[in-house]
Amino acid sequence: MKLTLKIWRQNGPSANGSFESHTLDGVSEDSSFLEMLDQLNEQLLGEGKEPVAFDHDCREGICGTCSLTINGHAHGPEDSTTTCQLHMRKFRDGETVTIEPFRANAFPIVRDLIVDRSAFDRIVQSGGFISVRTGSAPDGNAIPISKVDADNAMDAAACIGCGACVASCKNASAMLFTSAKAAHLNLLPQGQAEKDERAINMVKTMDEAGFGNCRNYGECSAACPKDISLDYIAKLNRDHAKAKLKKIFS
Amino acid sequence: MNLDPQIPEGPLSDKWDNHRFSSKLVNPANKRKYRIIVVGSGLAGGSAAATLGELGYQVDCFCYQDTPRRAHSIAAQGGINAAKNYQNDGDSIHRLFYDTVKGGDFRSREANVYRLAQNSTNIIDQCVAQGVPFAREYGGLLANRSFGGAQVSRTFYARGQTGQQLLLGAYSALSRQIASGQVKMHTRHEMLDLVTVDGHAKGIITRNLVTGGTDAWTADAVLLCTGGYGNVYYLSTNAAGCNVTATYRAHRRGAGFANPCFTQIHPTCIPVAGDHQSKLTLMSESLRNDGRVWVPNDKESCGLNPNDIKEELRDYFLERKYPSFGNLAPRDISSRSAKEACDEGRGVGPGGRGVYLDFADSISRLGESAIRERYGNLFQMYERITGENAYNRPMRIYPAIHYTMGGLWVDYNLQSTVPGCFVLGEANFSDHGANRLGASALMQGLSDGYFVIPYTVGNYLARSGAGSISPDGPEVKEVLESVKERTSQLLSPQGKRSSRSYHKELGQIMWEFAGMARNESGLKKAIGQIQDLRDDFNKNLIVPGEGDRLNVELERAGRVRDFIDFGELLCRDALERNESCGGHFREEHQTADGEATRDDENFAHAAVWEYKGEGKEPTRHKEDLKYENIELAVRSYK
Ligand SMILES: Cc1cc2nc3c(=O)[nH]c(=O)nc-3n(C[C@H](O)[C@H](O)[C@H](O)COP(=O)(O)OP(=O)(O)OC[C@H]3O[C@@H](n4cnc5c(N)ncnc54)[C@H](O)[C@@H]3O)c2cc1C
Ligand code: SF4
Ligand code: FES
Repeated sequence: MKLTLKIWRQNGPSANGSFESHTLDGVSEDSSFLEMLDQLNEQLLGEGKEPVAFDHDCREGICGTCSLTINGHAHGPEDSTTTCQLHMRKFRDGETVTIEPFRANAFPIVRDLIVDRSAFDRIVQSGGFISVRTGSAPDGNAIPISKVDADNAMDAAACIGCGACVASCKNASAMLFTSAKAAHLNLLPQGQAEKDERAINMVKTMDEAGFGNCRNYGECSAACPKDISLDYIAKLNRDHAKAKLKKIFS
Repeated sequence: MNLDPQIPEGPLSDKWDNHRFSSKLVNPANKRKYRIIVVGSGLAGGSAAATLGELGYQVDCFCYQDTPRRAHSIAAQGGINAAKNYQNDGDSIHRLFYDTVKGGDFRSREANVYRLAQNSTNIIDQCVAQGVPFAREYGGLLANRSFGGAQVSRTFYARGQTGQQLLLGAYSALSRQIASGQVKMHTRHEMLDLVTVDGHAKGIITRNLVTGGTDAWTADAVLLCTGGYGNVYYLSTNAAGCNVTATYRAHRRGAGFANPCFTQIHPTCIPVAGDHQSKLTLMSESLRNDGRVWVPNDKESCGLNPNDIKEELRDYFLERKYPSFGNLAPRDISSRSAKEACDEGRGVGPGGRGVYLDFADSISRLGESAIRERYGNLFQMYERITGENAYNRPMRIYPAIHYTMGGLWVDYNLQSTVPGCFVLGEANFSDHGANRLGASALMQGLSDGYFVIPYTVGNYLARSGAGSISPDGPEVKEVLESVKERTSQLLSPQGKRSSRSYHKELGQIMWEFAGMARNESGLKKAIGQIQDLRDDFNKNLIVPGEGDRLNVELERAGRVRDFIDFGELLCRDALERNESCGGHFREEHQTADGEATRDDENFAHAAVWEYKGEGKEPTRHKEDLKYENIELAVRSYK
């Protein structure tokens, strides 16, 4: 395949960025999107030019490092797929492909296509854990947990922390991520003791990090490579409201 | 080189207890006086940093990713072993211990493995309490599945994302400590060297991958939890950033490197599709619970649609050769059998390097939805990569490099030959001998981090006393300068070849001569070729841009440079180990029907390499392995 690539280049967080165009020939349909970018970078090196910087690691759809907005879609056009798992057979020969970083105020650009998503870590640090000392746990089967609850928690826990939800939201809201993180723990019996604090603190940190408000557009879930459900947003809203009420009355 | 394993006295089952009792403790109020550096935030590093922070030590934790949650432990799919015997199928600590030593082809240290089996049960408890959503039965109890090399069902799992869920558990514990200020997390930092003072590890040098800054960090102890070196083969199931730099640089500073030739090839990976390939994707071995491995009986049928090949024309070669373990034969054995079938010309798919993994029988027995429930995400992943639907056509699989049993040598305390430098998780060599059983690496990482290191590092600190040195001290400055010097060397050649092209070429050499089968003349050839490659690299490399900012090419060049040196060491180790055992198959040593033959008389030891300087041959030392509780036997899975 032969492609025209329109790629965002930016030297640093405060530098001005712009699109740069490149033609890439001989792309295999079996290669992944990132392997296509590897090929471009080898070509740039051959021309004595600086390769395009992008984030990636596992290349199997689980670490959440890869990002990219491809032709306007976070993680590209294929549903339920991260950029690293997107394969070139989904594109047409001769196509022009536009590649941008995940854009959001809370995700400053580091260089070219790399953004800083550390705000997600701060949200987790504010409550995305169960306080259990190492070595102090009861037997694993001490509390039976219904398969339905365990499965539901697992569905929420499948979030890979990629940030596509934020990048695809008009308001750059992080509600889908935050709610998935909170729901994973709030749905389990082990997570009950800290449930209220968790809901309040995680939402607070999220707001302080500069993410926008959630207006239930639903673009986040549509773009999410792990199909995280909007139901968790509703759940976090409920948990949060209940926790606030309890605080007022206590 | 002092290779005293420091195995505690007493019967096997009491050693760990005895050792904990005789270890010195650091007074709780004194813990905050000690600084500990943890390099790595995977299962090993994440669990260690969280636990040490919780105990009150001041911890600095480093990783090269943008967040600790992305360490490559996240990619583990299948599960984690524990001797809980929840299935009441005859499991016990002793059985897990025995299976692990046998699976490792009798090349691991008994005492360490026994402790691992003992800790396994606590790990599950700990993870459940953290909220790890393990699979459950309808009654609400924890579910189990079987894994290769075991006849009991002792593997706990969270769908096909066990590593992700365990890591998120460790990451949540770590996050709690970061919030409380006990742990300082340094993301996008790559360790480039180890600092020693009077022979003790006292710090590290890092590159800040965003600013390009080179910095020194000092502490009272350094924990290396930096994962495996599978990427020396270029194509592997590891993440793009996995590297040997941290451990190899520590090796250059005096840490013995043990058994680098013990590498594991995983039998169920998606075959190579073409030259563009940058990594190989694993299909969890748990698939072998329900999938049957086969190739056509004759070469002529290889090109046919597999669904058109009649039952009697198929060779279910694992079931045929290993009737009692069948499709669950250990990884090394399954991988070699697949290679043999392909060498005979009976392989399928592009280049004839593939065998079928067929779910048709299970689907007709259990229904498609049961299979979807168990492996849905794996089937989806397979379809994305290959464009084929494995519910109605068998998967194609082929072995790929997956795990590295070798690593820095450690004693029972997980301390390397450099005092104060401890090594945890896949980065050390201790528990899996010449072959690791499935679902045992996650167990080891968490055992090391949650349950072993808090005791052993405490013992070291209590005996050596607080007193980390200033980052401005002369010993630190010297190492810092040498790292800067190396960076400018990498930037200087301005030749024509990219570091990736060198990495690829190195990988080809390694896979051809030090991959699934090895022999003397091949290994000698490989060493020569690697030396030539290094010369070329030093003259012809191109790294554009500067060193004092984010520079991805520079990062890769540094890693590839270390892989080149390390690849040579691996080949040397494979050459000297003149026997076949576990994942190390020397063609000169096999039975008439192609099974590996060990040489216990001459090789029942860990080979530990000592670095002797640039361009000098390293020295090979031995730690003899003594088996007091297990009789060395010929490993048979027939
Ligand atoms: C695809 C796949 C599937 C697997 N499935 C299973 C399974 O089902 N069951 C099982 O038991 N095992 C499995 N394994 C093996 C297991 O996942 C690993 O052995 C284990 O997770 C390693 O953990 P670790 O903490 O030692 O290293 P990693 O998780 O690899 O962590 C390494 C850490 O070190 C950091 N690091 C590395 N180098 C540097 C450096 N130079 N400077 C700074 N930081 C550095 C990284 O940032 C990272 O944080 C699988 C492995 C793979 C690849
Ligand atoms: S919710 Fe989905 S899109 Fe958002 S971070 Fe998690 S996996 Fe990514
Ligand atoms: S690189 Fe890991 S999810 Fe894409």
